[in-house]
Amino acid sequence: MLRETDMDEEKAKRSERNVAVRVERLRKTYNSVVAADDVSFDVHEAEIFGMVGPNGAGKTTTIECIEGLRRPDSGNIRVFDLDPRRDGYALRARIGVQLQQSALQERIKVWEAMELFASFYSRAADWRALLEQLGLTEKRNAAFESLSGGQRQRLFVALALVNDPELVFFDELTTGLDPHARRAMWELVRGIREKGKTVFLTTHFMEEAERLCDRVAIMDRGRIVALDTPENLIRSLGAENRVVFTVEGPFDPQPLCRLPGVTRVETIGERIVVYGRGDMVVVEVVNALASKRIPFRDLRTEQPNLEDVFLTVTGHEMRD
Amino acid sequence: MRSLWKLTCMEMKLFLRDPAAVFFSLGFPLMVMVLFGSMFGNRPIRDLGGKGFVDRMIPGYTAMVIGTTGLVSLATVVSSYREKGVFRRQLATPLRPPVILAAQVLVHFVMTAAGMAILVVIGELVYGLRLQGSLINVLPAFVLSSLSIFGLGFVLASVMATARSAQTSSMVVYFPMMFLSGSVIPMPLPETVQRYAQVLPLTHVVNLLRGLWEGGAWSAHLKEVGFLAGLLVVCVIVSAKTFRWE
Repeated sequence: MLRETDMDEEKAKRSERNVAVRVERLRKTYNSVVAADDVSFDVHEAEIFGMVGPNGAGKTTTIECIEGLRRPDSGNIRVFDLDPRRDGYALRARIGVQLQQSALQERIKVWEAMELFASFYSRAADWRALLEQLGLTEKRNAAFESLSGGQRQRLFVALALVNDPELVFFDELTTGLDPHARRAMWELVRGIREKGKTVFLTTHFMEEAERLCDRVAIMDRGRIVALDTPENLIRSLGAENRVVFTVEGPFDPQPLCRLPGVTRVETIGERIVVYGRGDMVVVEVVNALASKRIPFRDLRTEQPNLEDVFLTVTGHEMRD
Repeated sequence: MRSLWKLTCMEMKLFLRDPAAVFFSLGFPLMVMVLFGSMFGNRPIRDLGGKGFVDRMIPGYTAMVIGTTGLVSLATVVSSYREKGVFRRQLATPLRPPVILAAQVLVHFVMTAAGMAILVVIGELVYGLRLQGSLINVLPAFVLSSLSIFGLGFVLASVMATARSAQTSSMVVYFPMMFLSGSVIPMPLPETVQRYAQVLPLTHVVNLLRGLWEGGAWSAHLKEVGFLAGLLVVCVIVSAKTFRWE
């Protein structure tokens, strides 16, 4: 009896300690537009938590309520042990924020911005090292107005890390970055997690969420419609893998239908799509084609991804 | 306090990096003084009660500095920081909002004081100014005048939707006021114009500064003091009610 209570307490304590952000029934409206509606979720410590969804889904509203920059109409938010509305200043000393829309003074230089923002905090990281890490050392004397979009974005990421925060918010982390810079940014974010810090990011790139995030909340029209690890979200679809290839001339799908694991075969002109479960489907299909000497080309496999999850749980495609 | 100091120093640097702001706040009033000074000199003139022309006009040029800095520059900077999202980014740090605004007031006040100092120093060196009043009287009047006009700048920055409209409206308010208040025009204006000019804040700034500069007593300027103090209170209330950070 005693042991069970101990265990429960231990479990409760652990889960309590592990929660960095708790959002309960958050609601925020702008005039008649409901931006966030009954939004509830936890962000665990030392995880990369992602919020994905199309523009206008309510991601920025949610994140800015958590940062204490916006006032929710109703609902409860705790970040660490703080209420963002009441303890906003104490909270913002401990978090780092990259906003989706903001700017610096036109003529401020990169190093001046870093030094200025560092002076706002009692605890500061080495901002020179941050500039180096973000590839901005060469631009240290450049004025903000002369920076490209990607350079500005990297500067804002550096500013978000200038106080060595325990929890970092990135709103549209890699928008405006080229593929190379995007990958570098992913590495940087993983590095933040390695140091035991928590990352909360929003993105409308499904691939980014899938590759980078430990857990993903899918948001659509102000509501969270799914929340889990990317793997679980995809698995929960129960969707099949697809083997896609092209044939020339007439093709009889029947033999493929009888293969183990195959659920159905679609023929779209010369394009054949074999749906199936399990990792062996592709081997079975290739073997069958080879043994029957059916010539095929452009064979590839497609796994379901977060895009499919979004489509399934919302019933519509991501706009843009 | 450290944040306020750092932010103020940075904003000061940025102000000095803006050629237009520097020229209109510090250079242009000086140019006007030197221009009229070279035309009329600063010999005592009987019509001016034995004062020289530059003596007579320097409080007006000071009012001009207050107008360009406090009205045009302050309204433009504050509204553009809001429009671009500079304030948004700063508010996402532990910075207190009053610190952000105080830094702007401090920077513009220091630049206004610098503008006045330049006028006085050059005026003294080139024209041998005769200050009949005492600085102890002139300086508080200068502070009150500056803050009232700054208040007006804040109101414009608050009620105008965009940076462009704030800048334009500040000029629309400032330029007629500059000419009608007697700040740059040395001749007495027609009576009718003078009567209308009584509603212009800068007129009261010019009269107050000129009166105290020429050795008048505070008691002779209760109207101006009352007007400017009232304006300051109204502006603070209106700004507090209408100011938006984004």
